[in-house]
Amino acid sequence: MTLDGKVPGGPIEQKWDSYKGHINLVSPANKRKHTIIIVGTGLAGASAAATLGELGYNVKSYCIQDSPRRAHSIAAQGGINASKDYQNDGDSDWRLFYDTVKGGDFRSREGNVYRLAQLSGNIIDQCVAQGVPFAREYGGGLANRSFGGVLVSRTFYARGQTGQQLLLGAYGALMRQLNLGRVKIFPRREMLDLVIIDGRARGIVVRNLITGEIEKYEGDAVLLATGGYSPVYYLSTNAVNSNASAAWRCHKRGAYFANPSFTQIHPTCIPQSGEHQSKLVLMSESLRNDGRIWVPKEVGDKRAANDIPENERDYYLERMYPAYGNLVPRDIASRAAKRVCDEGRGVGATGRAVYLDFADAIKRLGEQVIREKYGNLFDMYENITGENPYRVPMRIYPAPHYTMGGLWVDYNLMSTIPGLFVLGEANFSDHGANRLGASALMQGLADGYFVIPFTLGHYIAGAKLSAVNTDNDAFKEAVDNVQKGTQKLLSIKGSKTVREIHRKLGNIMIQYVGMSRSEEGLKKAIEEIKRIKEEFWTDVNVPGSADTLNKSLEMAGRLADFLELGELMARDALNRNESAGGHFREEYQTPEGEALRDDKNYSYVAAWEYKGKEKPQELHKEELEFEYVKESQRSYK
Amino acid sequence: MSKNITVYLKIWRQEGPDSRGKLVPYTVDNVDPDMSLLEMLDVLNEDLTKKGELPIEFDSDCREGICGTCGLVISGIPHGKKKGIATCQLHMRNFKDGDVITIEPFRAKPFPVVKDLVIDRSAFDRIIAKGGYISVNTGSAPEANLIPIPKETAELAMDAAACIGCGACVAACPNAAAYLFVGAKISQYCLLPQGHPERKIRVRAMVGQMDAEGFGDCSNHAECQAVCPKEISIVNIARMRREYLKSLWP
Repeated sequence: MTLDGKVPGGPIEQKWDSYKGHINLVSPANKRKHTIIIVGTGLAGASAAATLGELGYNVKSYCIQDSPRRAHSIAAQGGINASKDYQNDGDSDWRLFYDTVKGGDFRSREGNVYRLAQLSGNIIDQCVAQGVPFAREYGGGLANRSFGGVLVSRTFYARGQTGQQLLLGAYGALMRQLNLGRVKIFPRREMLDLVIIDGRARGIVVRNLITGEIEKYEGDAVLLATGGYSPVYYLSTNAVNSNASAAWRCHKRGAYFANPSFTQIHPTCIPQSGEHQSKLVLMSESLRNDGRIWVPKEVGDKRAANDIPENERDYYLERMYPAYGNLVPRDIASRAAKRVCDEGRGVGATGRAVYLDFADAIKRLGEQVIREKYGNLFDMYENITGENPYRVPMRIYPAPHYTMGGLWVDYNLMSTIPGLFVLGEANFSDHGANRLGASALMQGLADGYFVIPFTLGHYIAGAKLSAVNTDNDAFKEAVDNVQKGTQKLLSIKGSKTVREIHRKLGNIMIQYVGMSRSEEGLKKAIEEIKRIKEEFWTDVNVPGSADTLNKSLEMAGRLADFLELGELMARDALNRNESAGGHFREEYQTPEGEALRDDKNYSYVAAWEYKGKEKPQELHKEELEFEYVKESQRSYK
Repeated sequence: MSKNITVYLKIWRQEGPDSRGKLVPYTVDNVDPDMSLLEMLDVLNEDLTKKGELPIEFDSDCREGICGTCGLVISGIPHGKKKGIATCQLHMRNFKDGDVITIEPFRAKPFPVVKDLVIDRSAFDRIIAKGGYISVNTGSAPEANLIPIPKETAELAMDAAACIGCGACVAACPNAAAYLFVGAKISQYCLLPQGHPERKIRVRAMVGQMDAEGFGDCSNHAECQAVCPKEISIVNIARMRREYLKSLWP
């Protein structure tokens, strides 16, 4: 199958407008006859549900949390980008587009990225109108700060809670539609299968997480906004319930999975303290605006940070990348931290950490200014580590944070299954091989508020959908499939807990499919994952029963999917004989140790088709064309 | 590095909404002080699973104090005795070797127990649905910088908006009042000019729903502000009261 991204023709600045001018529309009177299923209530899902409700569609919104307000978008701290150019520092749609394509190391689709940049300003307008309390200047205008990988200040923020505030805006809009009767919400439901009738996505099967009941829902289209898959690494900055299951089950029903090996390891996280740890906590990248990153020059220097004199410190990012300094993109900062720790210059008890030091900024700006800017982050750090970052430098280390890969979608955000749309982090489309800071919130909201209302209408108006109901055999088959899976998990009654096996998978993934990958390591990972999968299906112990709230059962189902996804990630990384963004293959690097792309052979999206149980996925390619941003070796020096 | 400790737990176990619950004792040895309390419960649950017992069900998600999912009453105090944190941010270094720790769900009539430590807080969603937003459809917003908002106002609105909807305020209140939760949302939108057109209907609709859900009245104990993980002030309650009174006049 040739993969067609369906990017409209014409100059890049006009593609989206011309697309909007030529699509099919659904009349206002007809919209209410169409039911749209939306899974996930993060920024993408909640904004889509609210907006489609406003347009008059009949919306059903599902989430695994006890309330739509708690989706993991809330955890985003630093900010959201928009090319408003309020700072008069040379920003524009073009520059945001360019930075994003370059930051993604030339592995994203130009048409999608330009649209994202064009819509970024509308998002800020919308959120301000909703009452999102963005930071402001004394004159009353909106404040900005800068983020990694760019040379302008285009990031809007609400203290360290930007994600939370944007999501509360979208959640409020969703609840308003609920009040108006346009949207129904179904919290504590986990999507476990997709129902396809006549080749189109027409419904979902979910488990009611309170009663354990398997429920069926039909609709005219299914929108997946279920986030990324970082917890495949076990320890990540994601919430403990974040998972890939809905996306993975769609993959098994025919949706191609694109670039699964493109994952982001975020440079500024609090290092792991012990085996018991359940998650890693991110410190916002905005800290790199004022914090300076360093390690001792000497290997094995065990002195306390404040005892190491200035001339014996190595501010390695400033040294290696003088133009961007501490604000290089995330993939570069993470790899550099790994490198200095591998050299034996890491700090802290484990030697897997580097310093993020605010002493200079405090001297320059005063403690009060630093407290105003980052106070809540400093408090959070002190609470977790027991150390005061105003006095001693923070210790940080990279951790899995975001996944650029996801289900393949075209320009319409439609997957390879007609009627199945994928939004936000769950799709693969806009960030290429590396996402720039403050761009995830932008993409989630662009997809939900401003893209899907058009592309979904275009699909519905052109699809000629017949009526279906949940008595259809396809629903029965999906329910059987889900019930069998659940019974199987409960029947094994082995000796290992779900968490033990998940930790094993995580160790393999971070070691071999993490910040640095090699052919040998990836081959080893594939074998190890197979062995862990075998162990899971023969020796896991899932306690309790299916007919009640059972979190062990939920976790077991998610781990079963992570085990399959982990293997595909390793195979995708093995297939890609180049380094690009977050995907760093040791065999492919420049003499200075930077990522070395192979544009001639790998300038494509790798989209994997599921071929059945125990059979390897088949690779399909979407060739990427760079008409506007010339592919070049990324340089932040 | 401080040495590992032993703690004696008394944890609320309840099979379902209609069953009788009780406190069950557990001992956890070898607790690393760097663990969070929830990680200690994870370890306990793994031990229970291996022993063939049912693990303790509790809600938690982000584990960094922002999603509002977790919420336990720890030795009588919602989110524990440390100020300004959610349950998931409470580390075991705040306990001593040999401590007895009681762990219960948030208790309030509008928050029924689902199972063990898991509760149903959907009453909060129903209150928000009545007016916890500004009615603006997607696409109809003016240019963002057209509405100048003084920095102090934006900061006050942000102080109120920081609410994570965990429900600790209700659990701590002797009357199970939700005034701090509702007051915070009302404050955010009455401070910001964007919220002014709907301020009267908003406060009446949200307060009406709050009463309908069975939350109690505020009698100024200020326990809510003492346990709030985001340290939201009861000034927001005063602001809501003024808003409500003003809404009664034409």
